[in-house]
Amino acid sequence: MTTMNMSQALNNALRLELARDKNVFLIGIDLKSGVLGVTAGLQQEFGEKRVIDTPITESAIVGAAVGAAATGLRPVAELMFVDFIGVCMDQLFNQAAKMRYMFGGKAKIPMVLRTCCGAGMGAAAQHSQCLEAWFMHVPGLKVVMPSTPYDAKGLLISAIRDDNPVVFLEHKSLYFVPGAVEVPEESYAIPLGKADIKRQGEDVTVVATGMMVGTALGVADKLAEEGISVEVIDPRTLSPLDEDTIIQAVKKTNRLVIIHEEVKFAGSGAEIAAMAAEKCFDHLDAPVIRIAAPFTPVPFASGLESRFIPSASELIDGIRKVINA
Amino acid sequence: MNLPDEKKIDMYVTMLRIRRFEEKIEELVLTGKISGFVHLYIGEEATATGVCAALNKSDYITSTHRGHGHMIAKGGDVKAMMAEIFGKQTGYCKGKGGSMHIADLDLGILGANGIVGGGPPLATGAALSCWYKGTDAVSICFFGDGASNQGTTHEAMNLASVLNLPVVFVAENNHYAEFTRQSRHQNIESIAERAAAYDIPGVVVDGNDLLAVYEAASEAVARAREGKGPTLLECMTYRIKGHFVGDPEAYRQTEEVDAWKVNDKDPIKRFETRLKEMGTLTEEKIQDLRESVRKEIDEAVTFADQSPVPDEKELYTDVYVD
Repeated sequence: MTTMNMSQALNNALRLELARDKNVFLIGIDLKSGVLGVTAGLQQEFGEKRVIDTPITESAIVGAAVGAAATGLRPVAELMFVDFIGVCMDQLFNQAAKMRYMFGGKAKIPMVLRTCCGAGMGAAAQHSQCLEAWFMHVPGLKVVMPSTPYDAKGLLISAIRDDNPVVFLEHKSLYFVPGAVEVPEESYAIPLGKADIKRQGEDVTVVATGMMVGTALGVADKLAEEGISVEVIDPRTLSPLDEDTIIQAVKKTNRLVIIHEEVKFAGSGAEIAAMAAEKCFDHLDAPVIRIAAPFTPVPFASGLESRFIPSASELIDGIRKVINA
Repeated sequence: MNLPDEKKIDMYVTMLRIRRFEEKIEELVLTGKISGFVHLYIGEEATATGVCAALNKSDYITSTHRGHGHMIAKGGDVKAMMAEIFGKQTGYCKGKGGSMHIADLDLGILGANGIVGGGPPLATGAALSCWYKGTDAVSICFFGDGASNQGTTHEAMNLASVLNLPVVFVAENNHYAEFTRQSRHQNIESIAERAAAYDIPGVVVDGNDLLAVYEAASEAVARAREGKGPTLLECMTYRIKGHFVGDPEAYRQTEEVDAWKVNDKDPIKRFETRLKEMGTLTEEKIQDLRESVRKEIDEAVTFADQSPVPDEKELYTDVYVD
């Protein structure tokens, strides 16, 4: 057993899958250098054919991955930042996601698009976004967003073995945070579409994703001191969404707060709130509350950026509101 | 070029099949028998036929919104194609794709494509697959002069060149990007000039001369198979019909179109003349072949017409691999 941060856990997952299946290959920009450490050392170990460095050419990277996946390989493409999806979205949402359906079930696109997201590093509006809902809105894609090194490794292994196109969203501020639990060196898979109850609670359910899971757990600790028992659920996979786990929690706690780093308007939380309204409204003792970023681009100045990111105090306010409703 | 008669006749029949298929589709759209967006390949038959005649079954192609010709030339089944365009359960895609998304992965056809410039990155990916697996298969990317201005086309050619992948980019220059003539959408006359930017060969060929296309494609394909990398092959041709069936074509004169229908321009008439000159086919044999193709397409229409529509449950299937 080893302590790994998320970057190391992902690196470990990639290494294990490259070694296990010769059809798995990595393609992206500067993978050899591995800017944030995720692909560090892999080209040296597996060679330039298994870990392919390309020009800065996102449409061709994603499209080449789709074409390779359609013809029998299992590519793991890297988009350095999720913000760059704008220049290559067609290859993902019109090609990768739809080929199976358009071709009457004859195509299989087993690819992963790994990318990093999130604010907190002073990277400003074009290198800091969270865009989960963009991908969730596309039938044919799976969307994964881990919050711990342990989950990241098991989920990435499942994503690589999945026969569908999977968008794998890694929050960059989590890369170098040591995990709370040890990450085994050996391979293990965490099934996609399965939420994890990060903390059991009785009074309120908080559904949190990515970076916000840590925020939610911190808040849960704090409120426990006041006798408020918070259940924290990390969906881990946003599409398909594990609705049952959320519904069961709402039935138990009768209150739901959702926190994410995307902007609030039309974010992933809107879908989760609507799902709760449709499927367990009678169990809700208070209106669902969403804590999320304001409807603005991500600002640069550190004071503004930290105000942009949803905070523990906002979450505490939200929880108090549903408790006192 | 010394080709067996059988191969020449085969290519001729392929062109006839494409032409007849498209004429029938046009008729069916105009009489309201079928609906949807349909883009015809009439006048460009020699390009798809000449290129695909240089390929093996294990080679890949990516196609375009104007894709029926590529499908047929790569061996696509006209019954399953017709049924797909009719939106029937027996179609290539169970009626879920339609004209712009016909595909047959078993024949290496990675799909027509509704996005102009959508195919080139995919073709580069298929070529990457061939290179990665170490097979001698190649990948062909058909794209039009319109798609030549899309960023994806540039990116795909550059990446294919940098990685030295076995792919041939076949620019079908039919001189129109939808409703805009070539001289108004690019300041070059030949798309092949852009090959210099990728340090790959750029070859221009008369796209209505079947044997010239076949010869040029064979060279480019051989080059790719030998591991010498991509080629940009430009086939100069002309889109006889509008951008889509029903296009009023206000952007061009009838005289311009008619000039491409004459015997020494039309790809089928041209090849027919040559076949007669070479003594490969007699007029009588030509009429027989035309008749048998007519019958084949009529049968495809009957098959499509009589096939069941997809069950409602098909709406929900094939979104994900379970």
